[in-house]
Amino acid sequence: MQRREFINHGSTVMALAAAAGLIATPGLAQNAAGWNKGAFDAKNLNDVVKALGGTAATLSADVILSAPEIAENGNVVRMGVETKLAGSSMIALLVEKNPNALSASFDVIAGSDASFSTNVKMGQTSNVYALAKVGDKFFYSVKEVKVTLGGCGG
Amino acid sequence: MSDPMRIRAAVVGDKTTVRALISHEMESGQRRDSAGKTVPAWHIQQISATHGGRTVMNAQWGPAVSKNPFVQFSFKGGKSGDDVSVTWIDNKGDKRTDTAKIA
Repeated sequence: MQRREFINHGSTVMALAAAAGLIATPGLAQNAAGWNKGAFDAKNLNDVVKALGGTAATLSADVILSAPEIAENGNVVRMGVETKLAGSSMIALLVEKNPNALSASFDVIAGSDASFSTNVKMGQTSNVYALAKVGDKFFYSVKEVKVTLGGCGG
Repeated sequence: MSDPMRIRAAVVGDKTTVRALISHEMESGQRRDSAGKTVPAWHIQQISATHGGRTVMNAQWGPAVSKNPFVQFSFKGGKSGDDVSVTWIDNKGDKRTDTAKIA
């Protein structure tokens, strides 16, 4: 009986220690300077635009999104975003049906091309947006990407 | 610390195109482990590149960027033999910088 109690007690202490260790893990809650948590937490295009300081986004043919029609593997989907709008300061990539819409945002820097590509995860078939910021206005283009195998969960 | 990045940079005309392959888990914060507990998000938040002391690329990433991320960008003014550095910072405060020569 005494031994049983000791084991029970011991495992509680171990669990507490593990929990404390987890909480003490450095940097779990910290964000890099300039990381816009509000925008990355937003669930859809409009919320992202609002979190970035705009009101609404307009469809534009000068914002270019290159994405596949069908993605066989949602874990790795190659996407390219480009803005041809003069005075663009930022271009972002959004996947509407991911848990959080905003995937990546790139600053547009003078002397560098306003064209970037990267790989993103997609949980399911979804609309994908390229969103450009020009002054305080936002412009976007959209394309549907069909996903055969999701990249979230599992 | 994590494994080094693989960076390839090449000049075509007046444009230098850089491709970087980064070694990082990019845990989404959506997955559950075998015990049913959510695996906390662990992903690169900021990535930037410099050439000759000038920032040529700066981006913010969320957890939706794929594991072992790829990024491609290009800038003007690079010459063959110049250094290009890429730096990332993740949400645990870890960071890494790697440098490559433009081919």
